[in-house]
Amino acid sequence: MKYEPVIGLEIHAELLTNSKMFCGCSADHASASEPNVNICPTCAGLPGALPVANKKAVELAALVGLALNCSINKRSAFARKNYYYPDLPKGYQISQFDFPIAEKGWLEVNADEKNQLKVRVRRAHIEEDTAKLTHEKNYALVDFNRSGVPLLEIVSEPDMRTVEAALDYATKIRAILRYLGVNSGDMEKGVLRFEANISVRPVDSDELRKRTEIKNLNSFRALVRASQYEIERQIKIYESGGTVEQETLGWDDARGVTISQRSKEDAHDYRYFPEPDLPPLNLSDEWIQSIREQLPELPEAKTARFMADFALTPSEARLLTSELSLANYFEEAVRHAKSSPKTVSAWIAGEFMRNLNERNAQPVAVPAESLAQIVDMVADKVIGASAGKTVLTELFERGGDPAQIVKEKGLAQISDEGFIQEIVAKILDDNPSEIEKYHAGKETLLQWFVGQAARATKGKADPVLTKELTLKGLEERRK
Amino acid sequence: MELTNLTVREAHELLKIKKISSVELTQATLNRIRDTDSKIKSYITVTDELALQQARRADERLAKGENITPLTGVPYSLKDSLSTRSVRTTCASKILEDYVPQYNATVVDKLNDAGAVLLGKTNMDEFGMGSSCENSAFFNTHNPWNLNHVAGGSSGGAAAAVAAGMGAFSIGEDTGGSVRMPAAFCGVTGLKPTYGRVSRYGVISLASSFDCVGPLARNAYDCALVLEAIAGHDSHDSTTYQEKVPQYAANLNKSIEKMRIGIPKEYFVAGMDAGVESALQEAIRQLEKLGAEIREVSLPHTQYGLPVYYLLQVAEASSNLARFDGMRFGMSVSKNAQDSLDIYLQTRRDGFGDEVKRRIMLGAYALSAGYYDAYYLKAQKTRTLLRRDFETAFASCDILLAPTSPMPAFKLGEKINDPLAMYLSDVCTVSTNPAGVPALTVPCGFSNNLPVGMQLIGKHLDEQTLFQVAHAYQQETDWHERLPSL
Ligand SMILES: [Zn+2]
Repeated sequence: MKYEPVIGLEIHAELLTNSKMFCGCSADHASASEPNVNICPTCAGLPGALPVANKKAVELAALVGLALNCSINKRSAFARKNYYYPDLPKGYQISQFDFPIAEKGWLEVNADEKNQLKVRVRRAHIEEDTAKLTHEKNYALVDFNRSGVPLLEIVSEPDMRTVEAALDYATKIRAILRYLGVNSGDMEKGVLRFEANISVRPVDSDELRKRTEIKNLNSFRALVRASQYEIERQIKIYESGGTVEQETLGWDDARGVTISQRSKEDAHDYRYFPEPDLPPLNLSDEWIQSIREQLPELPEAKTARFMADFALTPSEARLLTSELSLANYFEEAVRHAKSSPKTVSAWIAGEFMRNLNERNAQPVAVPAESLAQIVDMVADKVIGASAGKTVLTELFERGGDPAQIVKEKGLAQISDEGFIQEIVAKILDDNPSEIEKYHAGKETLLQWFVGQAARATKGKADPVLTKELTLKGLEERRK
Repeated sequence: MELTNLTVREAHELLKIKKISSVELTQATLNRIRDTDSKIKSYITVTDELALQQARRADERLAKGENITPLTGVPYSLKDSLSTRSVRTTCASKILEDYVPQYNATVVDKLNDAGAVLLGKTNMDEFGMGSSCENSAFFNTHNPWNLNHVAGGSSGGAAAAVAAGMGAFSIGEDTGGSVRMPAAFCGVTGLKPTYGRVSRYGVISLASSFDCVGPLARNAYDCALVLEAIAGHDSHDSTTYQEKVPQYAANLNKSIEKMRIGIPKEYFVAGMDAGVESALQEAIRQLEKLGAEIREVSLPHTQYGLPVYYLLQVAEASSNLARFDGMRFGMSVSKNAQDSLDIYLQTRRDGFGDEVKRRIMLGAYALSAGYYDAYYLKAQKTRTLLRRDFETAFASCDILLAPTSPMPAFKLGEKINDPLAMYLSDVCTVSTNPAGVPALTVPCGFSNNLPVGMQLIGKHLDEQTLFQVAHAYQQETDWHERLPSL
């Protein structure tokens, strides 16, 4: 029997606010100087301390909801999720339960190479992060700097049938969060975490079988590997006549296996009830509209526009829109360049990206205007393509003015026909035996002669003209 | 002139004209505590040094004549559930026996700003769970009028301290009657303000949606002065009202002629103490003499007040008390612990008293999957009915009048082994908390030489009318001026 997976994802995204969800402490736990410095009675759970909802976090949550085509609930409420753990100072987490801020959205993803799929977003709700535990040999340390940092939990319906679709969904959500400026997407810092709900079933059936939940997947790689592993594990169980138990799993990245953490029998009863310390959130139509007006152009729309306006292929456009900063950079370079957007795009996709990745740099490292100048100089044959690369590298390394660099380094292209003619003639005269071989039919030697000329001019000779003159000289020397 | 029997208003007048100093007044009150409190046991912690230091500072303020408030230099006590920076705050629980908060409750900050002088922290039922002060983990508080009787609860220490001249006023906290019931039992005036009128920030929660911080004092005028100082919006408590705090005390001398006073028939039940009933009837006649119009009204869902209150209160409490886990503050029993669960179990086993454990279990049960709808949700719906009862009644009257308790203070030990009987003693006070409305208790007589309290219940945010009626009544009567002989 053939099986297909049924995958749903929960994405926990920290919201980029200055202060925590329910107190005035800095939410920037990643740059805290030491443990337990950004704390107060509220986020340390001291007796008598009370929460106050962070307005900015509510705005950001609504913004994400709207970007994911959700409806924003005009009345949403906080609830207490009760359980005991040392990273949870109050003994309950303030979350949203019956009334999340956003519900019933969708996101279009690539199901596979050919097909698109609309993944339904069940809900997005606000909650607070827990403290950070560091386990030592026979004790653990608690750092409350992260306690109370605002989180948005985005829950999909189990609509994905391939790991590729799940990966694309996660990738797109990350891109949207970054476009909205609500999350850095910095997975290494744990600001974005995934949980995958997975079950498998015979292809063409529409039953929903028992699912497992893999917690705390901290990278795309972990998401893909854990999902693949879990799908195979479940298929093997069914093929050997067994049944899958509903349970919570952890992912051991080193060993590449999922591990049971909690079975259904041990499942927590979280005893949710409305948080009495916080009044419900009443959001007006005007307020929701004002948030909607803040929505920027999102990756999908931008890709479509780049294809239409700049005659780019889908893959060219998608590469440029993968990051907002890159897309903005491209558009700025296009504004400054006389060359076509397609040419600018080719430069960005090639040499520019290579430099960015190599140096782990941001696009702004080289002004878009300078890149446009380089592209135009190459197009105008002021410099050759390889000289263009040299200038770009120089800009990344030391900065400066492209025209000035061309001048200082003597990179200007030589287009003087008489000069190139002299060099070509000398090379041909110095290599009679190679000419003989060429005339005997080894035509690949043309490129060798051109190369010799390029070397003699340190690559500055106009390559097209050089080739033309070399060919002409070779023909003249034919008997 | 006996300094320890001064009202807030009298003390303020004498301080202002420098007839007395705050240090004198504070020292006299500390002496009174030293001499008397061994019998009453109203204080868990007495902050002598801090009190004298604050008194000296108040005297400087008074000498300069700058920034003087009606509370500047006036000594008071705080229920031990209000957090005080650097002063231990126990909630009368072993689990917090050595807990010293790092921050002040907003109310404490406000009283410090006003220049009031903190004498110490008063006894209570552990975490506010009780109606007699017998659930304190440390000791019982005795009723100043009869030491064999209870002071009431949970703010028993606060009420007994005021009644026995150990502070001109006290700050209590009322979740289901915890200010009013002990105030009535001890013969003092006590207010449960509108929910959200006074900040809860820094007040160790019993049930978040019911808890109200309120004053206890010798008369309604003093309560008005104190409420002015502690009420108002707090950016740390999102359940506080934005509305400006009225100048209650300045507007007390209005006549109560034509005031419509409703008598809810459900509060005058069979089994009510005869002395209480006759004291109330006499008080009603007195108010009528002052021009009030008395009419009978009905609060038809009153019988559900107790179950609704106790269900929701234990549910919220079970969650509020989860933070006492031995991890960050207070008692921690980690001996032989294998994991964090062991620490939770041992700490909470040894740290909490029986009543606290009972309510945590009841509350967790009411919130459990499968029971939530039948208990918690149903109670929430009934809460709405209780609230509507009051709205309906207030359509035809300005305030309601009822007993604060159907009987006077009972004997120590009388009900402590019967939790249900103990819960029933809150029958006249519990309904106002789910409804959120304010209520004031005023001494109105005696039954078997024990004080009787008359409860005035007002509309949302209308403490003013309660003060006005109580003040008019206290101008004509002297029940509130009677003192226990100690
Ligand atoms: Zn904080």
